[in-house]
Amino acid sequence: MDRHVNAPMSAEDAKSLKAGDYVYITGTIYTARDAAHKRMQEALDRGEELPLEMKNNLIYYMGPSPAREGRPIGSAGPTTASRMDKYAPALLDLGLIGMIGKGKRSQAVKDAIVRNGAVYFAAVGGAGALLSKSIQSSEVIAYEDLGTEAIRRLTVKDFPVIVVIDAEGNNLYETATAAYCKE
Amino acid sequence: MRTVSVSEVTDLVKEACIEANHFLSKDVEEKLCEAAKKEEAPLGRQILEQLKENLKIAGEDMIPICQDTGMAVIFLEVGQEVHFEGGSLTDAVNEGVRRGYVDGFLRKSVVKDPILRENTKDNTPAVIHYDIVPGDKVKITVAPKGFGSENMSRVFMLKPADGIEGVKNAILTAVKDAGPNACPPMVVGVGVGGTFEKCAILAKQALTRPLDQRSEIPWVRELEEEMLGRINRTGIGPGGLGGSTTAMAVNVNTYPTHIAGLPVAINICCHVNRHAVREL
Repeated sequence: MDRHVNAPMSAEDAKSLKAGDYVYITGTIYTARDAAHKRMQEALDRGEELPLEMKNNLIYYMGPSPAREGRPIGSAGPTTASRMDKYAPALLDLGLIGMIGKGKRSQAVKDAIVRNGAVYFAAVGGAGALLSKSIQSSEVIAYEDLGTEAIRRLTVKDFPVIVVIDAEGNNLYETATAAYCKE
Repeated sequence: MRTVSVSEVTDLVKEACIEANHFLSKDVEEKLCEAAKKEEAPLGRQILEQLKENLKIAGEDMIPICQDTGMAVIFLEVGQEVHFEGGSLTDAVNEGVRRGYVDGFLRKSVVKDPILRENTKDNTPAVIHYDIVPGDKVKITVAPKGFGSENMSRVFMLKPADGIEGVKNAILTAVKDAGPNACPPMVVGVGVGGTFEKCAILAKQALTRPLDQRSEIPWVRELEEEMLGRINRTGIGPGGLGGSTTAMAVNVNTYPTHIAGLPVAINICCHVNRHAVREL
């Protein structure tokens, strides 16, 4: 089913999305990948504030290529989500409502998604040029020294993603693969 | 003896880095289009159409096909009659990578130390494989490698008794474990034989072979064809979201090995199977 949702995302919207839904996201999302997650975890360990509010926000696991002049961003597709599995449950428990990436998640992440009524979306891996067209602006808001791994605030319009793990714990990677398996 | 200035190598490496990250070779693009026609799953077809659209945008707007513009892997075949002048060949290659990634708006994804992890900010150093060959030519293959798929690659040190079935199981295990992480449809490069490191290099080189060109060794050709069929029956599909296109090709390279061993390396590559070639 095709859906249009806003970001930040309401708890109601998150719960209404089902694994397999094709979703267009419009609004504000944030990027963070390996190094930024490590820093956020270290900040939490020291009892410090995070550089962005988690509640109802979406994190896009993405490190862009540099923007050419006059463009908001370079190529901007998803990176493999499992490398953030170590850090994701703590952020979900703080209210993070959605993650956009690609690839499998750990059981601990799946549990945290269900516990918090969150969603895991996949964007099409390796389609960074196409996905960049749905990004209207990009601004580094933290950890600038990390270069491509800095945290960015993105304004997106109809950013296309697919619900992989929904708030009930349904997992499209498992069901869709089984449907076409001929072994 | 033919004299070649290393600055020519720098220029060609720069060019090839930029080309490889914006344009796929014809054989890869054709396989992707073919897959979009044949895919059984509606969502799979939609994803493959998006990948075709992505390639079009990349070329027209000069936006890298994928934001992970890779670590630059470079195969250098150097004719033994060539004499280089003007400095170190390795430095010249790295200078080409630096200029390609900085001037070409490519992402800098290399960290100086695997544990301390400080970005080198110019994507150097490259991983360079030198091969000394007869003649007076220099062939440069630039193959930027993304790590979504690189991370899912494997080396298996099988026993001779494991035989061809062991090799098949190793390939299927690596592909199934990779699943959606490696951005399918994949290209599967396999190295069989040699030593621990040799089979890995064979697998990497296999990824640079045209996807429509099968091995000339009968049993290897049969293995390539059988494994492509079996991989496409796993159901993983485009994006790992289900379908009949999980791989576009399985390319297997072989080498003699030891009486006690059967090394097998599987180097998984995503659909952005990049390589640009230059000759001097």
